[in-house]
Amino acid sequence: MENSRRTFLKIAGISALGLSAKPVFNAFAVSEEHGEKKEAKLIPKQGALTAKRWAMVIDTTKFKSAKDLEPMIEACNKIHNIPVFENKRHEIKWIWGEEFKHAFPDLENEHMNDRIKSLPFLVLCNQCQDAPCVRACPTKATFKQEDGVVAMDFHRCIGCRFCMAACPYGSRSFNFRDPRPFIKETNKKFPTRMKGVVEKCNFCSELLAEGKKPACVEASGGALVFGDLDDPESEVRKLLKSNYTIRRKTALGTGPAIYYIV
Amino acid sequence: MLELALKGSKKYYGWMTALLAVIGVGFGCYLWQLSFGLGITGMSRDVSWGFYIAQFTFLVGVAASAVMLVLPYYLHNYKAFGKITILGEFLAVSSVTMCLLFIIVDLGQPMRALNVILYPTPNSILFWDMIVLNGYLFLNIVIGWQVLEAERNSVAPPAWVKPLIYLSIPWAVSIHTVTAFLYCGLPGRGFWLTAILAPRFLASAFAAGPSFLILLCLIIRKLTKFDPGKEQIQTLSKIVAYGIIMNVFFLLCEVFVVFYSKIPEHMDHMKYLFVGLHGHGVLVPWMWTSVGLMLISIILLVNPMTRKNEAVLAIACLCVFFGTWIDKGLGMIAGGFVPSPLHHVNEYVPTIPEIVITLGIYATGFLVLTALFKMAISVKEEVSV
Repeated sequence: MENSRRTFLKIAGISALGLSAKPVFNAFAVSEEHGEKKEAKLIPKQGALTAKRWAMVIDTTKFKSAKDLEPMIEACNKIHNIPVFENKRHEIKWIWGEEFKHAFPDLENEHMNDRIKSLPFLVLCNQCQDAPCVRACPTKATFKQEDGVVAMDFHRCIGCRFCMAACPYGSRSFNFRDPRPFIKETNKKFPTRMKGVVEKCNFCSELLAEGKKPACVEASGGALVFGDLDDPESEVRKLLKSNYTIRRKTALGTGPAIYYIV
Repeated sequence: MLELALKGSKKYYGWMTALLAVIGVGFGCYLWQLSFGLGITGMSRDVSWGFYIAQFTFLVGVAASAVMLVLPYYLHNYKAFGKITILGEFLAVSSVTMCLLFIIVDLGQPMRALNVILYPTPNSILFWDMIVLNGYLFLNIVIGWQVLEAERNSVAPPAWVKPLIYLSIPWAVSIHTVTAFLYCGLPGRGFWLTAILAPRFLASAFAAGPSFLILLCLIIRKLTKFDPGKEQIQTLSKIVAYGIIMNVFFLLCEVFVVFYSKIPEHMDHMKYLFVGLHGHGVLVPWMWTSVGLMLISIILLVNPMTRKNEAVLAIACLCVFFGTWIDKGLGMIAGGFVPSPLHHVNEYVPTIPEIVITLGIYATGFLVLTALFKMAISVKEEVSV
């Protein structure tokens, strides 16, 4: 009796271990030999905006004060159901203004011209080419899309916040509490989030799929320009060719897709 | 053998009940955190990891230190440690248990924790941490149990345990190395971006773990009929001495690189911890206390006169344990997040519920530890009669 119970427990234990280890082994066992690739392919919707690598140029010479940034920030907050919290620790931010010395801490000069010193710079997720957050995520809840956008699956995120430690731009926010009661007006076209997951700017992928440009770009009155970095004829490439631009913390090798004309 | 943990004196039951009470209160707070979210903690957008992850980091070290008993006994045939390796292994089991609990309570969506296995991602260090921690837990449970059962039956442990024991030696090093890699591979976090982080973690682990074990040995001698042995305690104290000296040496290496190169991204975190930054410095008194405790312990441990006096040794071990606890359990994580990558100084202080949940997990660890030690010591008392 004793013995059979033991044997049963042993077998049950080993089977449980085997079952839970299977997906792990599968991850290592992916090889090309075993038939054709089974991965699903995304077919863009008709009329969708597509690109090899989306990028943005921010012409900061068109801004004078923090007030000028408000329409873009508000447009984003509104369509993405960003909650407003009184407690600063719980803040959710996708796009916001920072002084030059905070946006570009490695480029700060002792003596700077007055315009740049006092001007707030728009900061948002840099949609890095080699994104540290994608590398850090243990569940692929943060992943790179084919168009270069660093996207998130809110339903897969376990809320470990490894991506927040990995991001050198402070572009990620965590839902420290249920955000829904704190959303002024819910936009039914975009999901609200639940407590315990991370979120960030998604370059308005949901609008691109409908053939529209990102909300902040639309609200910028031409100060923000959006386009394909891989297309030499695109508007962003033309601007980059004719203007001196900077990017945030390029020394880290992340390859930000947000360029600033200063 | 588990039945041995169920029979005990009134004192034993009293202690276990007290631990269960703390666990109960901690669990209550955890239910509150589960319903409200991690907003009940002191963590923020800028300091996104806090007390939980810091305790996790510290305890991985305590767990890894079991190797300091296993290695001399099995690789160098240092017989004296044969008596107490089981204590090291069971300390590792309870520490890893706490580590895993700290990870779970830190998750925003703990119900989705299995996503780490369902969508395995080898490029994430967290994936590897999951593997090495669970593997280490498994190894120590199996090894500890088999060796103890063999001792009880006065037979040699089964032959298949030997390879597992040898495997557990590099595995112990791996758990703390991988844990250091969680931090030191992140761009833009100057405080952690140092190749010496894993060695430093190991040095402080080999000081903190054995010092705690010495304290446990002294308590066991007092409360039970089992004597872990004078020689064993003295050898352990030498290991602690080397460990803490290495830890302070590595810290000084960091201090030199940071303050001689004067690269702000690396220097500002050290400044924040030891002198304060832009008028913020909640951790400054703590960090100097840590340095003070570690220096005092070095003096007490290096000097043979003081080291051989077990009462003084106990004080030295307390200094080591709390010194390294402040270093890793308070400064290491918060220090890496302040200032933020955008150079804002937003400080972190744990909240009361956060501390209660932490205490609940520590109580769970002590419950597991007490039960396992009770088992081991009962077997040893049985055999010696």
